[in-house]
Amino acid sequence: MIKQPIADGTSSNALTVRVLVTTNAIDLAAEHAALERGGAVATFTGLVRADDGVATLELEHYPGATEAALRRLAEEAVQRWSLDAATIVHRVGPMRPGERIVFTGAASAHRAAALEACAFLIDRLKTDAPFWKREVVDGQTRWVEAREADDHAADRWR
Amino acid sequence: MQLLYFAWVRERIGTGQEQVSPPAEVLTVADLVDWLSTRSDGHAAAFAEPARLRAAVDQAFVPLDTPIAGAREVAIFPPVTGG
Repeated sequence: MIKQPIADGTSSNALTVRVLVTTNAIDLAAEHAALERGGAVATFTGLVRADDGVATLELEHYPGATEAALRRLAEEAVQRWSLDAATIVHRVGPMRPGERIVFTGAASAHRAAALEACAFLIDRLKTDAPFWKREVVDGQTRWVEAREADDHAADRWR
Repeated sequence: MQLLYFAWVRERIGTGQEQVSPPAEVLTVADLVDWLSTRSDGHAAAFAEPARLRAAVDQAFVPLDTPIAGAREVAIFPPVTGG
């Protein structure tokens, strides 16, 4: 697991892309504030659903490869939409329904690029980053199956 | 060669990593999966349905017909379900 401090907002290429895989809660206010540098910020926040009585959701990942995959996605978005900044934060470990599991954000001069890039980040993250979900329901654990709809959502950006 | 397993592949095999030296005729990830299947009942259970497996060679995601010559790290896992 890699933990990084939130960028201090000074302008430099190294701070354009922020990628974080963490067991800690996602701080929306801090993540949003770090993106406020152009004319528009678009963000997506995913929450753990209580589908079918899920009590706990556990996220496993491939340390090193996960961060690299997220960084490639964020860098691709910055290039493709000429973003001022892109952020991907993904939680791992055990979490409860209602907790934030993923955050993607894009900062740009105008709304269209920011909105599109934000959708790209979450759609492609679903198929391109090595995370696996396991649900605990009534004390039983089960691995979540990949969804074909997620493949289609990701394919529209290829 | 370092092998890494994740999610239900890891659970069925009973370990998240192992070190192996496959014989010369093991050319691709798919060959490796076939060869590993003979190591234990857990390996056989994990690799029973190759269509449900995905792989990464030296942390790059690849199809199962990819050669493994010179690879230091091969990861085998189910389709990803993040986000």
